[in-house]
Amino acid sequence: MKDHFTMDAPQPRLLDEMKQGVIGTPMDRPDGPQKVSGTAGYAADHTTENMVHGVLVRATITRGRVRQIDKSSVEAIDGVIDVITDARMIRNPAQGMAGSAPVQPGDAVHYHGQPIAVVVAETFEAARDAAQRLAVHYETEEAAVTPETSTDVETGEPETAGDFEAAWSGSEVTVDKTYTTGAHAAAAMEPHAAIAEWKDGAVTLRSALQMVRFNKKELADTLGIDPSNVRILAPFIGGGFGSKLGLGPEAAAAAIAAEKLGRPVRVVMTRQNVFDTVLRRSETSQRVRFGATKAGKITAIAHDDRVSNIDGEGFAEPVTQASQFLYGADGLSFTQTLARIATTPAGSVRAPGEAVGMLAFEAALDELAEKLGIDPVQLRLDNLPETHPMDGRPYSARRLADCLKDGAERFGWADRGAPGSRREGDWQIGMGVASAARANMLIKSSSRVRLTGNRAIVETDMTDIGTGTYAILAQIAAEALGLDPSHVEVRLGDSDLPGASGSGGSFGANSAGSATFLAAKKIRARIAEALGCAEDSLTLQNGLARGDNREAALTDLVTEEFLEEATVKAGKTSESHFSSGFGAHFAEVAVHEWTGEVRVRRMLGVMSMGRILNEKTARSQAIGGMIWGIGSALTEEMQSDPRDGHVVTRDLANYHVPAHADVPGQMQVVFLEERDDYANPIQTKGIGELGISGAGGAILNAIAHATGRRVYDYPATPDRVLAALDA
Amino acid sequence: MKTTLTVNAREYDVDNDPRRTLLDTLRDDLGLPGTKKGCDHGQCGACTVLLNGERVNSCLCLTAMHDGDEITTIEGIGSPDKLSALQEAFVKHDGYQCGYCTPGQIMSATAMLKEISDGAPSYVSDDLQTASLSDAEMAERMSGNLCRCSAYPLIREAIAMASEVKK
Repeated sequence: MKDHFTMDAPQPRLLDEMKQGVIGTPMDRPDGPQKVSGTAGYAADHTTENMVHGVLVRATITRGRVRQIDKSSVEAIDGVIDVITDARMIRNPAQGMAGSAPVQPGDAVHYHGQPIAVVVAETFEAARDAAQRLAVHYETEEAAVTPETSTDVETGEPETAGDFEAAWSGSEVTVDKTYTTGAHAAAAMEPHAAIAEWKDGAVTLRSALQMVRFNKKELADTLGIDPSNVRILAPFIGGGFGSKLGLGPEAAAAAIAAEKLGRPVRVVMTRQNVFDTVLRRSETSQRVRFGATKAGKITAIAHDDRVSNIDGEGFAEPVTQASQFLYGADGLSFTQTLARIATTPAGSVRAPGEAVGMLAFEAALDELAEKLGIDPVQLRLDNLPETHPMDGRPYSARRLADCLKDGAERFGWADRGAPGSRREGDWQIGMGVASAARANMLIKSSSRVRLTGNRAIVETDMTDIGTGTYAILAQIAAEALGLDPSHVEVRLGDSDLPGASGSGGSFGANSAGSATFLAAKKIRARIAEALGCAEDSLTLQNGLARGDNREAALTDLVTEEFLEEATVKAGKTSESHFSSGFGAHFAEVAVHEWTGEVRVRRMLGVMSMGRILNEKTARSQAIGGMIWGIGSALTEEMQSDPRDGHVVTRDLANYHVPAHADVPGQMQVVFLEERDDYANPIQTKGIGELGISGAGGAILNAIAHATGRRVYDYPATPDRVLAALDA
Repeated sequence: MKTTLTVNAREYDVDNDPRRTLLDTLRDDLGLPGTKKGCDHGQCGACTVLLNGERVNSCLCLTAMHDGDEITTIEGIGSPDKLSALQEAFVKHDGYQCGYCTPGQIMSATAMLKEISDGAPSYVSDDLQTASLSDAEMAERMSGNLCRCSAYPLIREAIAMASEVKK
């Protein structure tokens, strides 16, 4: 029996009233023992007897056409089975929630590194060798590979509120700065991988994918078959961060090759393929303007950006997303420019928008504070708007002021001192702050819950990319049904199960969690009926049902399976109220005055992110995000050759994700108690991206505080820090 | 190339392409996919195993070069219902998220704890004679194991806890 629920009004906080007491607790992940013993099965782990190996061949021109692929160049290699090109192959991974095939370029080459063929061999070694040796003849065309040289540049209409120009010209104190950020790679530890196998006209694909409901349609559309003939399995995914939202070229290649050869085919991207072809975060150029009165009231805000993408992709990094609702002003204006370039396509990487927009925005605000002679925490507190500055909607739940105050207290902000005043030998020490914000969403999701006796099963095609879905769905069902969480089995990542939001945009727990809660609630109603009590007087705890002076064990009451499915979707509350996670990041850094090296010494994130479903996994997500902030502030930058656009930093030795030694032991996270009644039926907010949103800004502001100098091009690598110190 | 390996105390005879890495042999030939491939270039540490008791990146080892060697993989450390102290500590401290780098982190930490107890110093050791298990030492010694989910502080908490348990 299905139940479609639309979030049109705040719902009672039932999870607070239920008696099992497992919601919010720091429960260990149920999938933990598998992960630590190497028995969790990721896409590439599922080898079968008859399986053969595919390796993608990449284009080595910027733009043009494949004139000829000379198969004879590799035929002599022992074990090579075939070199496959196919009009259905895809240029790059699908954008998140596309639900249809990405660009299928045929013999056209759109960027350097584009997959143009797959070599299949009996062994991985033979396939790799052949993929590298394959002779390919091209016709080449000219194409711009940098935003600066692009001739296809489009500037959108400004998004405005009030009269920015009037407010700006009337401002007593102004900051007008331009910042750049480098392109970023998600660089999940598991390279994109797929194993495809056909049987009776239907394909089963094991692949590392975040959004199975959409990926199923993407594969069907790519292959030109009915979605009913596609099954996708993704029970374990080795990190996503947006890079596995959409079906990838390796999956299309595996499916096409497996169909042609009549054998299971595994295609795993090399790490270099991942950098070449998986959607990157666009580099940005950002001009930020703040106008204020001398007393510190912000009057004017403008944040204009330029990003890039390849032709045919609808995505543009939403740089100013958080800038539009953090602070109030008399006039606000936001304009985006998109340059089309022939390079690795751009798409969602963890917290698209905030991750880079807040680096610049929060740094400019810090500069305004300095100019005004007002403490940066105080300036933020003094300029929090009553309602959404762009559209006047009330905030659903916002404890940003509490986060700033609580964080300042905990971090020892009062002892910060003047810029450039603290020193330990050659190291200059500083503290920085930034706000955190990441808009919150509810996406249509379905989930099925089955109860027999005191054992339950949750089934949905939702994924767990490391976020803790297995844990929180078990906790939600256990709380609602009065069970020990170990009595709840959670089955995920199978497209045959009810379709959920998938993992992306920090909406997975909100969406799949709400659907699971609503399905369990339907089962509660059936238990109440079986017990003979009113639903609202039913208490479920430790396998016992009580209500209206009746009591029964679930093992006696539910002897035949109760099965319920529920679907949740966003409704009127998303229009009447604006929901976002909020927080405050604090960082202490040491800057070496002769080498420009920056060491992060400690960080604190105080966050209000709605109901916390699992304190342990939530903390991990928040810490992980903050460490991404370290990367975006200090080390991460994808660099491309300005002549042909090829990615130069195409491995993990050249693209610098933070390592153990970059990360201090003191990474503290504090969650302030909050319920967001307008967000969804379980009063949660997204967690996965708030940690990164603003974190890098706090680090950059700490550098400025340590040294009295500012870096405007990020990441603030030692050469750039030294240049700022010498300026 | 015919090679005899002892993996997790069991002997295997393999006949591999001379280009095959130990990593691919373990994963694809011996049915031990717990060891992960993250970069295939010795840059991420996901493939860390013990080779005659010392940690190595198995993606940088050619199987043919290891005739007669003893290898321990994550499967040889513990199973879901019989975890090692370190594995249990990773679960308790949430020293992972996606879990992909985890086998490598645990293998690396297993060897690192031994290196410290053997007194091997590192770049950050204050004293070359007595190595300690400070957070700085762990951060330095574990830096060959990347974790993009960035569970780093929790991984080090887990290692510290496991070493306490051992004492």
